[in-house]
Amino acid sequence: MPESAFTRQAYGETLVELGRENPDIVVLDADLSRSTMTKLFAREFPDRFFDCGIAEQNMVSIAAGLAASGKIAFASTFAVFMPGRCFDQIRMSIAQPGLNVKLVASHGGISVGEDGFSHHAIEDLSLIGSLPGFTVIVPADAIETARAVRAAAENYGPFYIRLCRPKTPLVYSKDYRFNLGKAVTLREGGDACVVAIGLMVSAALEAAENLKSSGIECRVLNMPTIKPLDEAAIADAAAKTGAIVVAEEHLEHGGLGSAVARVIARRQPVPVEFIAIKDTYAKSGKPAELLEQYGLTAKDIEQAVRKVVKRKVG
Amino acid sequence: MPVSEVRKLISVTSAKKVNAEVFSSTASVAELEMLAKKVRRHIVSMIGKAGSGHPGGSLSAVEIVTALWFKVMRHKPQDPCWPDRDRFILSKGHAAPLLYAVLAECGYFPVEELLTLRQPDSRLQGHPDCTVTPGIEISAGALGQGLSFAVGVSLAGRLDGRGYGVYVLLGDGECDEGQVWEAAMAAAHFKLDNLVAVVDNNGQQIDGWNRDVMNLEPFNEKWAAFGWQVIEVEGHDFSQLLPALDRARLVKGQPTVVIAHTVKGKGVSFMENNPDFHGKAPDTEEVAIALRELQ
Ligand SMILES: Cc1ncc(C[n+]2csc(CCOP(=O)(O)OP(=O)(O)O)c2C)c(N)n1
Repeated sequence: MPESAFTRQAYGETLVELGRENPDIVVLDADLSRSTMTKLFAREFPDRFFDCGIAEQNMVSIAAGLAASGKIAFASTFAVFMPGRCFDQIRMSIAQPGLNVKLVASHGGISVGEDGFSHHAIEDLSLIGSLPGFTVIVPADAIETARAVRAAAENYGPFYIRLCRPKTPLVYSKDYRFNLGKAVTLREGGDACVVAIGLMVSAALEAAENLKSSGIECRVLNMPTIKPLDEAAIADAAAKTGAIVVAEEHLEHGGLGSAVARVIARRQPVPVEFIAIKDTYAKSGKPAELLEQYGLTAKDIEQAVRKVVKRKVG
Repeated sequence: MPVSEVRKLISVTSAKKVNAEVFSSTASVAELEMLAKKVRRHIVSMIGKAGSGHPGGSLSAVEIVTALWFKVMRHKPQDPCWPDRDRFILSKGHAAPLLYAVLAECGYFPVEELLTLRQPDSRLQGHPDCTVTPGIEISAGALGQGLSFAVGVSLAGRLDGRGYGVYVLLGDGECDEGQVWEAAMAAAHFKLDNLVAVVDNNGQQIDGWNRDVMNLEPFNEKWAAFGWQVIEVEGHDFSQLLPALDRARLVKGQPTVVIAHTVKGKGVSFMENNPDFHGKAPDTEEVAIALRELQ
């Protein structure tokens, strides 16, 4: 088993580093700082941390006001509450004005587990991805999280970064360099390409390894920036491998799969399969059980690859 | 865009404006009243020409917005992003024509531009758009959000040790929105004495009187209970508004709300207290009558 770490711990630690480097960094939370890990920043910089109480819409608009006044405003809550509850506030005060607000949402997807559907964020990427001007990032592990949070601070404009609740296996080593807007080829292969984000990246790597014995060589692309999308990497994967599987911990509707399918349809039509939640809400359960129940495991990716390879013409 | 580049852009644009002067007006109360009439004429003409817009809630807040921009706030029309400017946030975004008229009279853009309201390439969009219009702090039009934004601006002012004040114009109907009260709670919690909310308390919203649509009373008591200093004034009377707005900044450790009693459609007989003119433009004949009444 590879080493694992919490993406949200990496977020909190990176905030502290950024806070030491730049007095313009401010952080907001909505009574979840112990879970989102913004508490690490709060402890060291109480004057630049604003707990807004359980009032997420207010928090988001306050963050916009801080950003409009020259601050780099990070605001955090659970992913299910961020774009869902605050959609209009984000649209009006962050997206359209293009303000320098970084929405970092923890507890994405169904790997939240036992809390059940009210806490499963499965629509957030669809919602936030629909807003013009947003950069949307889903890091694969704690190392990528630290780099992505730093990139968000260094690049002007609205960002959404989605983290998750459980520890995720480390995909990267400490010397990883994050390129905003660029896909990362984690494994080469000529028969199909799995495009994955978040928790699904390590599952995709596992699937690719397992497929080897059946003679299927699978490229694995991590797509940490899902908006703006690295269209060239997708077109290239489609051209070179002729078959695509997209894997994400999100509803099939409106997430990474939809975005990838648009690129494929326009630039390089090939068969595509989707590993995602199929138009339903999940139930309570252990994260691993839920991922299995809703078809989000390495085994599901493996099957999808076999299927998409069969669909290839010629 | 990397933050460093944005900084460069900002410093270049502000460098050009070092000589911009702080706006000041010697207007007496009588002269302010004449100015208010002129602003009302602009509002009626703009909305009439555009063929759509919100005259009622623009006309009710004329004295409030004129008092702020002409007498109370420190700002530089030639340098709308001057970091030390007092901020005005129009939370009831549908009163955009009023704000545009006052900004033009202050010199933010030519008065002639007012008649481009709501045209496709105009800087004067139907509701405030901070990406195109000088003097607009934040885009608006979805009610209930401006006070929260203002809390953020006030916090930043305090962090940076800048003495600017933050003024927010709210509608009374707008106060149906829960977010207004989230912001009210936060402003008091953070002890934002650089924040002043003004409620254009014209008693009406779209579907009729507030008390029939959604009762707000006891309104003053609500603000007081949330921890605000409350000042009540006649909102069309400069001699009450000006001292109230000055007094608002004197209290320490607490935000202030000025509840300004106003009349929706004020100044145009057939628009006064008439919900039909909340969001309807006057036709050519009505514009002519209104302009005559506003001479
Ligand atoms: C969130 C939201 N809901 C509904 C509207 C539509 N709307 C525009 S103005 C208005 C009434 C506002 O009443 P009030 O705040 O009292 O303004 P005034 O009467 O002063 O014009 C409504 C419901 C809106 N702009 N935003």
